[in-house]
Amino acid sequence: MIKKRSYFKSRTLAYVLILPQLLITAAFFYWPAVQGIVASFQLSDPFGFRTRFVWFDNYIALFSDPLYLQSIGITLLFSGSVAIVSISCGLFLASMANRALRLTSLTRTLLIWPYAIAPAISGILWLFLLHPSYGVVAIGMEKWLGIDWNPLLNSSNAMLMVVLASAWKNISYNFVFFLAGLQAIPHSLIEAAAMDGASPFRRFWAITFPLLSPTMFFVTVMTIIFSFFESFGVIHAVTQGGPGGSTNILVYKVYQDGFIGLNLGSSSAQSVVLMGLIILITVLQFKYVERKVQYTG
Amino acid sequence: MSKSKCFWLVMAVAMLISFAGSAFAKPIEINWWHAMRGARGEVVQKIVDGFNNSQSDYKVIPVYKGSYDEVVNAGVAAVRAGKQPHILQSFEVGTQTMMMSGAIYPVHQLMADKGYKIDWSQYLQPVLSYYMNADGNLMSMPFNSSTPVMYYNVDLFKKAGIPMLSKEKPITWDQMGEITGKLVKSGVKGGLVTAWQSWTQIENYSAIHNIPFATRANGYEGLDTVLLINNEKVVNHIARLKSWMADKRFYYGGQKYQGPKSEFIAQNAGLYIDSISGIAKLKKAVHDFTWDVAPLPVESWMKEPQNSIIGGASLWVFKGLPKKDYAGVAAFLKHLAGNESQILWHKSTGYFPITLTAYDQLKTDGYYKKNPLQEVGIKQLTRRIPTKISRGLRLGYFIQIRNIINEELELVWSGKKTAQQAMDNAAARSNVKLREFERIYK
Repeated sequence: MIKKRSYFKSRTLAYVLILPQLLITAAFFYWPAVQGIVASFQLSDPFGFRTRFVWFDNYIALFSDPLYLQSIGITLLFSGSVAIVSISCGLFLASMANRALRLTSLTRTLLIWPYAIAPAISGILWLFLLHPSYGVVAIGMEKWLGIDWNPLLNSSNAMLMVVLASAWKNISYNFVFFLAGLQAIPHSLIEAAAMDGASPFRRFWAITFPLLSPTMFFVTVMTIIFSFFESFGVIHAVTQGGPGGSTNILVYKVYQDGFIGLNLGSSSAQSVVLMGLIILITVLQFKYVERKVQYTG
Repeated sequence: MSKSKCFWLVMAVAMLISFAGSAFAKPIEINWWHAMRGARGEVVQKIVDGFNNSQSDYKVIPVYKGSYDEVVNAGVAAVRAGKQPHILQSFEVGTQTMMMSGAIYPVHQLMADKGYKIDWSQYLQPVLSYYMNADGNLMSMPFNSSTPVMYYNVDLFKKAGIPMLSKEKPITWDQMGEITGKLVKSGVKGGLVTAWQSWTQIENYSAIHNIPFATRANGYEGLDTVLLINNEKVVNHIARLKSWMADKRFYYGGQKYQGPKSEFIAQNAGLYIDSISGIAKLKKAVHDFTWDVAPLPVESWMKEPQNSIIGGASLWVFKGLPKKDYAGVAAFLKHLAGNESQILWHKSTGYFPITLTAYDQLKTDGYYKKNPLQEVGIKQLTRRIPTKISRGLRLGYFIQIRNIINEELELVWSGKKTAQQAMDNAAARSNVKLREFERIYK
């Protein structure tokens, strides 16, 4: 095989080539991030006429607020549930689609589609199914099954509804990665196990699942990041953090306090805490990628 | 001369001509950022066209900037960047923030500076008083104002043998208990639902019964205000609503209006409390039953119920723009408050006319004879001179406070807290927010 490699004669050219990307990152990530960190140490009116440096006051106020700690707990519960639901369904669908010989491309395309739906729209869709006053499924459940379904007041009903709406959309994303992961697993291994008399279930747990673990880890990390941030649209459309604050996840609280309530100091401090959390998760991901490189190489 | 040089020359000449032209003939542009979409936006455009066509010195440009909070955010960002519009529409809960911002030109001062002698007593006082400072000076121009009223299902009332309600004399809450009881007994799924629970069941309940919502005259007289909503009367009201939930005489349809409204439309609830803007919505949506409007219920001990309070938004003028522009802003606000604009606005949106002259004109025109539903709210709003307690609420971080109240009320409805616990907690949590707000301006 001929290896294609280009060498840059001057270093400057390389820098020039990466400059646009650096500029974009600086303008849309570093600059706002620094602004956010600065604002988190300030007490300011919305219009910025009175700004005072208050050290860690905003952070102290946050962590001494039991509702903020509760919101962290809610976020973890929500993210965990979204991850479990969307990963298990994604994996199930991928392993089924991997076996299907006919109509593969059609089913795959259909299964990927929901990922193209914006979170807010997904939320509205589920609301039209599950709202106790006008949701088709909710009214049916009450009429024929006698289930007392009321996400407007019952916090676990509400949590279930936002988890479903967020997970549904993310199943497609996970499906794509699992399918790719499954196709990378050598068939010979599975055939050999089958000849040794391993049941399909055993084959899955003993061979497919371990070989799929890199994908699994990647998908888990991505799903958790998704549910930390992107699920904002779902919460906003479905529960607005209610009932009684029981679905008020961190990112929604940032929005409520900053955008609606114009409490910029506190909302910046919350953003910084969120950023810290997500950096932690990303560091984990990088560690994993490095390990993977050693494993395959 | 090369081709490109020729091109530049032509461009330069063209630009010169257009600059010269604009310096002579172009009217001063006045930007108005608002949150009125769809049909309301069209009425805004009509009012603006009326002004623009009536003179040639100024041209008002209305821009729809999204929902209320998006408009306020756009305003905040614009002020920070020094590119503020002349006029910004802000919702009533943002009043304190706008007033304290240091970015505004108070409307009473603007009108006085520009030589308009306005007889403010000719305005609807409960509307004005929401946007006045402690000294009774108007800070922003009221624009779209509404108040909550009660809708009821005439057919269900007939079926249950309940007499129709008066459009002027409110029923008592005790009667409400009997009526909803009869409705449920007659086979209706539920009695009463309410939209915007904090606004209708606590803010307006307090105003109508002249119960202070917060100290320092509901916050008008100082930032060091503390909520008083955990008083006995409000707590009893909430506890009563909760007790009615047992047999569905009252039930919860959600914080906003969509859920409760669909319960009323589906005839699951016989009574429904919502803003007067519900009239237009119900006219559009209800086809299979007749409904009517009545004033909000009142406690039997309240012999002379106070005015209800408004919701909606007002127009704020930003300072720091070229001096010559402000004469145009004042002229436009004058046009906006004129009879023609107000009558058009009221007829096409249902929001209150802000002047008594416009209201009287509508009365003499016989508008309310033909549209009796429209007068229920305005009569409830103007039935008494507002007191220091019923004139409005002036709280920092009011949006967060409403959120807190909504959360705590939901905990009552779901049975996790008693009314007393929830209102105590709502007051305590809100007071933290009020102190945070106060600290900014110290």
